[in-house]
Amino acid sequence: MKSLEDLKKMREAALKKVEMREGGKDYRVVVGMATCGIAAGARPVLNRLVEETANNDYNCVVTQTGCIGMCVYEPIVEVFGKEGDHTTYVHVDPEKAARILKEHIGEGKVIEEYTVEAARKENGNA
Amino acid sequence: MMEDLAMHILEILMNSIKAGAKLITLKIKDSLNDDIIEFSIEDDGKGMDAEMAARAADPFTTSRTTRRIGMGLAFMKGLAETCGGSFQLDSTPGVGTIVKASVQKLNIDTPELGDLGEMMMESIQSDEKIDYVLEYTTDYGQFVFDTRIIKEELAGVSLLEPEILIWIKEYINQGIEQAKEDTQQ
Repeated sequence: MKSLEDLKKMREAALKKVEMREGGKDYRVVVGMATCGIAAGARPVLNRLVEETANNDYNCVVTQTGCIGMCVYEPIVEVFGKEGDHTTYVHVDPEKAARILKEHIGEGKVIEEYTVEAARKENGNA
Repeated sequence: MMEDLAMHILEILMNSIKAGAKLITLKIKDSLNDDIIEFSIEDDGKGMDAEMAARAADPFTTSRTTRRIGMGLAFMKGLAETCGGSFQLDSTPGVGTIVKASVQKLNIDTPELGDLGEMMMESIQSDEKIDYVLEYTTDYGQFVFDTRIIKEELAGVSLLEPEILIWIKEYINQGIEQAKEDTQQ
């Protein structure tokens, strides 16, 4: 049973984590949630990202954004690192989303095959 | 893509967010006795003048200037009409907007209510500064969710922490299931 009492515990746990990290999360994971993204299936992707992040304590925040102008590549998930690095993953589904968190956020490895650059090459308009 | 009522309501919540609302109150009455699912979405956003309000549910109207998309109200009006219900829009510039709609609960065209917890989670996640009151009433009970109480309990910790977003979703769905239970029997 969930109750408002849970929030006190969660608050303490969240504060502890913030203290450990000093200066927030290492990554920002952004999902395109405009009409184009949602139509392509961004909603389950967003939910999976939030769930996986909560369950595995990945060092990132998950947020939403609007249309970024590449509707044919939706669902799009962008990963922003602390050093200004930026990766755009395209045609993401919930399974790919879980892998992005595990390998990119967890292990610091970019999954090249999911990036917009890889998708463009495949379409022959790199 | 508009599979369930929750997704229709989410579209209206997004309208309220775009109108600069600080507080959004969503009331849902889900009654088998009255054969109705009735909902109202009230915000304190910038509102619309009478002319815009009269045209707002027209599928060829939008508040957007970049592209001509924005069919939330039109879809909801269509849904209410198809499902034997009603649709009403009241708006005052500078005060806010109230959208009221209903459907017959047992109408064959009425979609599922859908995942209200997920709907609220998604709406909260798009801007945590906005407060929400959700009031869900059945023939047997009522569940009330208020982000201002949650924020007070969290005292400064963000609602956007993934653990807290998931908790919100599950807390709401649990409360709704409880309100649906017939405790008289």
